[in-house]
Amino acid sequence: MGRIVGGIGLSHVPSIGPVVDRNRMQEPAWKPLFDAYVPVREWLTRLKPDVAIVVYNDHAADFSFDKYPTFALGVAERYPIGDEGFGTRPLPPVAGDLDLSIQLSEALIYEHEFDLTLCQEIAVEHGFLVPMNLCFPHQQNGWPVRAIPLQVNVVQHPLPTARRCYRLGEALRAAVESYPRDVRVVVMGTGGMSHQLQGKRFGHMNEKFDQWFMDRLESAPAELASLTHQKIMEEAGAEAVELIMWLTMRGAVKGKRVHRHYYAPMTTGMGLITFDD
Amino acid sequence: MGRQVTGAIPDTSIFDLRLSLRGKRLNRLCAALCSPSERDAFKRDEEAYMARFDLTEGEKALIRSRDFKGLIEAGTNIYYLLKIGSVTGNGLYKMGAQMRGETYEQFLSTRNISGAT
Repeated sequence: MGRIVGGIGLSHVPSIGPVVDRNRMQEPAWKPLFDAYVPVREWLTRLKPDVAIVVYNDHAADFSFDKYPTFALGVAERYPIGDEGFGTRPLPPVAGDLDLSIQLSEALIYEHEFDLTLCQEIAVEHGFLVPMNLCFPHQQNGWPVRAIPLQVNVVQHPLPTARRCYRLGEALRAAVESYPRDVRVVVMGTGGMSHQLQGKRFGHMNEKFDQWFMDRLESAPAELASLTHQKIMEEAGAEAVELIMWLTMRGAVKGKRVHRHYYAPMTTGMGLITFDD
Repeated sequence: MGRQVTGAIPDTSIFDLRLSLRGKRLNRLCAALCSPSERDAFKRDEEAYMARFDLTEGEKALIRSRDFKGLIEAGTNIYYLLKIGSVTGNGLYKMGAQMRGETYEQFLSTRNISGAT
């Protein structure tokens, strides 16, 4: 049967993509970030996941405000690399797991009553690809895991509540466990942490809040899910509201914390936390 | 849980439906820039490119003057604005410095590790 074997909360920051593509990972300004993922990659090698469910948000590469879903699940054999306005990164397309996507769709909609938008085509971009880059080294022709994108509206208010995101994670766990085939799944909750990218408060970060968030994500996630968007935006910047996607990961994963790291060089608190299961 | 957004936050734009509807034309223009041929078209003839999107004169003026703060206030979403930044040679940090009322160098000096660009 399906099994959740681990969860990862981590930041997606667009500037990391070109650093990977130009092999700048060992430069002094970037090394602390990539070094933190060395033990995470070793841990993932031991966990041997078959599939990564990546909870992320699109940044106007493939979703438009004309019709903007609150929760959108990929239901495809593969996901091509999108162009978010700076060119298409030289990465192989990401293989999906269509059968698992169908199972998740049916279980989440029928059993758990989450009315997802189901997407037969999604071009993935930095929100999805940077976490994949950090955790899973790709080869020229593919990635070491199959992946399923779960796109969340964290951009155009009204957004889903943090509580709803957490409950989606709990439902996701049950949906994976109801899958009859043996499949090992990691869930990645991506985004943030503190950052604001517009207005006079551009560049706002709040390490204290970010560390507190990771503390509570580990010790009291159900209580953390009562955070309002207002509180997150006031403390950590308007774009930090992406953090609600970390709660979907945490709702799906029950084990102990394994790794934790924080680095805030420029305009985004880049957090990392992992849980086994 | 009740309302999630309960008040204005100083120096902060909260991108809600009202703002999104205001910025619809600008955001459509930006979305089209997710293609190399459209980026080339913008760079080749910015006026002709803008003419395709039914912008108001005020919106066109904001693009011409690279007024990123004004574009945000006019409803351009920050992730869409990045695409105009890309075709006009203004990366995120340059746009941010302008929004803060600083030079690029002044802004970089406020960062923890300014080499991480």
